[in-house]
Amino acid sequence: MTAPEPAARRVLVIGIGNTYRGDDAVGLAVAEWIRAAAPPDVTVVRHEGEPISLLEEWDEARDVYLVDAVSSDGEPGNVYRFDTATEPLAARLRPRGTHALGVADTIELARALGRLPRRLVSYGIEGRCFAHGASLSPPVREAVAVVSERLLAELTPGRPPAVAG
Amino acid sequence: MTQRDGTRGGPVSGRTFRDLSIKVSALARVEGEGGLQVVVRDGQVTDARLDIYEPPRFFEALLRGRRLTEVPDITSRICGICPIAYQMSACQAIEDACGAVIPTPILDLRRLIYCGEWIESHALHIYLLHAPDFLGYESGLDMAQHRPDLLQRGLRLKKAGNRLMEVIGGRAVHPVNVRVGGFYRAPDRRDLDGLRAGLDQARQDALHTVRWVAGFAFPDFSQDYQFVSLRHPADYPITVGRVVSSRGLDIEVREYDQHFTEVQVPHSTALHSLLHGSGTYLAGPMARYSLNAGLLPTTVRDAAHAAGLGESCTNPFRSIIVRAIETLYACEEAIRLIDAYEPPEPAWVEVPPRAGTGYGATEAPRGLLFHRYQINADGTVAAATIIPPTSQNQRVIESDLRAFVEDRLELPHDRLTWQCEQAVRNYDPCISCSTHFLNLTVERS
Repeated sequence: MTAPEPAARRVLVIGIGNTYRGDDAVGLAVAEWIRAAAPPDVTVVRHEGEPISLLEEWDEARDVYLVDAVSSDGEPGNVYRFDTATEPLAARLRPRGTHALGVADTIELARALGRLPRRLVSYGIEGRCFAHGASLSPPVREAVAVVSERLLAELTPGRPPAVAG
Repeated sequence: MTQRDGTRGGPVSGRTFRDLSIKVSALARVEGEGGLQVVVRDGQVTDARLDIYEPPRFFEALLRGRRLTEVPDITSRICGICPIAYQMSACQAIEDACGAVIPTPILDLRRLIYCGEWIESHALHIYLLHAPDFLGYESGLDMAQHRPDLLQRGLRLKKAGNRLMEVIGGRAVHPVNVRVGGFYRAPDRRDLDGLRAGLDQARQDALHTVRWVAGFAFPDFSQDYQFVSLRHPADYPITVGRVVSSRGLDIEVREYDQHFTEVQVPHSTALHSLLHGSGTYLAGPMARYSLNAGLLPTTVRDAAHAAGLGESCTNPFRSIIVRAIETLYACEEAIRLIDAYEPPEPAWVEVPPRAGTGYGATEAPRGLLFHRYQINADGTVAAATIIPPTSQNQRVIESDLRAFVEDRLELPHDRLTWQCEQAVRNYDPCISCSTHFLNLTVERS
């Protein structure tokens, strides 16, 4: 592609989740943290994970950072980081989702269609409780700060990396 | 073909009986969580069930006591694929209860945003959920890896629908600009003109989609369905009409309760819906098309005929062609509405609350979506009933499975299981709406 990159949205942080499903909201909580502290050239988006619109979100972006809850056998609050532009997301850590396509499938769909951004980093936070109406569980709440600071360090050259995590 | 009534199959003389059980405990490529179970004993299908085990969501109870103005936003949360349908049926029912009359320009804008939902929902189902069945791909992702060109077209089409929903609704998923009485803000002409080029492309993509799906190989499986949909004297039904059936029903939406009943079954958290006197019926694209094909514009009708559709469609496997035709229609209708658009002034009308019961029905992508609200004089909701299309189609899905398996007992188990799943996907069931996921069990005992 030789089309010029739109100046806005070249760096995009997408927090994925559902506010009403307990730890599933962790991606949204991180997005809010980043929005308050990120450099001005970073666009922050809250997203419900619908695959096609997710793919469209990053169509115009150069660097994309996804943050989502995952449900695997790990300890709640565990943080995972993947460079998904170069390798598929491990199946066991695929973000939770029962609909037609999950976030990991969306990434693979984008890869098949040649629509991956230049940089695609995915942060996953192990959740514990995804019940309707629940709020973030304590270990996941603590992970919000850890992931946010780590991500801010990636987004801000010169910012010292967070100690925690 | 013998018509089955959904209760008994019959042994075929001379055939070696085989008992079988097909079970798919988690159906793929459907919206929500559910399963499927077919049991065959002595060559007869003894059970064919669509199990819906997704937890009930209690939306109707949740609405009680809420202000009527909150209802469109709450019910839109029932589904991320068809939120507009929920908002539109809800608004219509509340406005009916309160005796509000909505001006035509607002109704036209509602029809326009609804076209966006038809385009995005049908494109999703055709390209990502249903077409892989016909082409032997495991999934939409598998198809994308082999035929990225097709997926690009499907996604471009879907995007055109999503853009319409974003521009009019404020955002594509759970739009925020819809309110009882109309819209919070009417889009400018300029905003809609900006969609025109994308819709022209979408119309071309839809036409190519019609030609593409018309070339698929379809199992020979026609059934004598009773179709139910809305019907409007002038327009192909989307947002308004009387409730009609292929067997002579023709009623106002407010008479719905007198003709339809919801019943509970042990294997589903979604209620089954029955039509008095004749029981099982089918709602959705096949019903809409079969009851209203004559209302389609000539260009769309010509495309349908060229794709091999007659005036009705009775083979559910061919519903993918009907969805493609409806997508083409929604693109043309959206273009027509945009070209004639003048922003409604005002964008919404006051709907003063009054005590009463109101009824609303619109054509969600998957079929008739009925809402009924009892409103208190203070504008709060006293009672709510929502009957989504997947609830209405559960019985017909089960009777299809029964008839389909009975004629294909010789097939290898894995192939039969796969075809049964396909038979369920013919209906694009949205289990999230009807409660919520699907599994297939073909049990051969």
